[in-house]
Amino acid sequence: MASWSLRLRGRSPRLGRVADNSGAGYMGDYLPLLAILVIGSLLVLSMFAGNRLLRPSHPTPEKLLSYECGVDPVGEGWAQSHVRYYVYAYLYVIFAVDAVFLFPWATVFGDLGWLSVAEMGVFIGFIAVGLMYAWRKGVLTWT
Amino acid sequence: MSEFAEVLLRVLAVLAAFLLAPLLVGQVEHKAMAHMQSRVGPMYAGGFHGWAQLVADGVKFVQKEDVVPAAADRWVFKIAPAVALLPYLVAMLVIPVGPGLVGQDLDVGIFFVLAVMGIGVIGTLMGGWSSANKFSLLGGIRVAAQLMAYELPFVLAAASVAMAAGTLSLSGIVVAWEPWWLLWQAPAAVVFFVAGLAELQRPPFDMPVADAELVFGPYTEYGGLRFALFILAEYAGIVVLSALTAVLFLGGWHGPLEEQLGWLWTLLKTAVVAFLVIWVRVAYPRLREDQLQRLAWQGLVPLALLQLSITAVGVVATA
Repeated sequence: MASWSLRLRGRSPRLGRVADNSGAGYMGDYLPLLAILVIGSLLVLSMFAGNRLLRPSHPTPEKLLSYECGVDPVGEGWAQSHVRYYVYAYLYVIFAVDAVFLFPWATVFGDLGWLSVAEMGVFIGFIAVGLMYAWRKGVLTWT
Repeated sequence: MSEFAEVLLRVLAVLAAFLLAPLLVGQVEHKAMAHMQSRVGPMYAGGFHGWAQLVADGVKFVQKEDVVPAAADRWVFKIAPAVALLPYLVAMLVIPVGPGLVGQDLDVGIFFVLAVMGIGVIGTLMGGWSSANKFSLLGGIRVAAQLMAYELPFVLAAASVAMAAGTLSLSGIVVAWEPWWLLWQAPAAVVFFVAGLAELQRPPFDMPVADAELVFGPYTEYGGLRFALFILAEYAGIVVLSALTAVLFLGGWHGPLEEQLGWLWTLLKTAVVAFLVIWVRVAYPRLREDQLQRLAWQGLVPLALLQLSITAVGVVATA
């Protein structure tokens, strides 16, 4: 308890600092995060509790029927969708995972000079080729 | 324990901002949209130009009956609004308003905010799936497809500014920001803003709730307080997107007298971007689903990649 609070004391005015990964100090950054998650959950729970105290409750079978478009529902609510859409989901996973690798690299590449720009070109080239492939293959047409 | 009290104070300040700012944006939308459409908007609640309309709405929502359809997946249906809302509260914690004036400055700030904002969409998807309603399910799938399409340009645009600043800390990015970035990072700013609008499902990207096709999409079966929480999440999302755009691309607290009035500049820039979000809603009709996908994959993604190469050359050339 004491160690993380010591770290919190001196930290707010310093900006753009380098993280020290020494256990409690590093996790100290995330304690407010935990606090806001707890407080936010309490906020939502108290809203629901207030609602429970104030609201009427007169359920009838008609009221509990799915509204859908205003007409009595026909068949089940859970429809099946076409499996071919998996290509689209793949496209996202591949690109998003690629994009994640950009971030750690983004913080250091300025010091590496033109070599890193060339690497950047290779990286963007890969994504661009992938996109063009998907485009030509017709994944990006929807009509 | 004064450090603990400081943390608590910061968190409570973020909570207060989270409860107040979305209401302000909502009220401005009521009034600004009304005047853009030659109406007057709410005029009665609270007396002066209907300022208390959203407070009155809240009082009404909290008294309404809680109807969960018999066919619905009960627990998923019930917690979905909270899942949609809370990520924006967490995101607001790490967005800096002034130097040192931030809930919690994280070293991985920009990465963290992007990751957290993605979770909000899951809440909407949960609502759409658990409603046991064909239109809600279609709406939920549209939400997922929209996230997939727009998350990539959103992340790439944010990566561009992180590369330019050489740090992932949101405060660090503002400190590194210089006015000429307005030009240098302009394509990234446009991509970020447009993709952010699409992630929030704001018009003209509101295909998931297209009323002419899907009733009200994932929210059709919701009423009362849970519905209100979904709407609150939308407006909290506008605040987070506007604040992020202001901090990443418009220089945050940089401006005249920034030593004294820095926080005011951040809030002012955020307000301007939020107004732009409202204006776009009034100005443009809804995109068709295929147009929406084409804009992302064939417009924004190539533009974001182009911006990345411009940024890379710019950073090394000026180093």
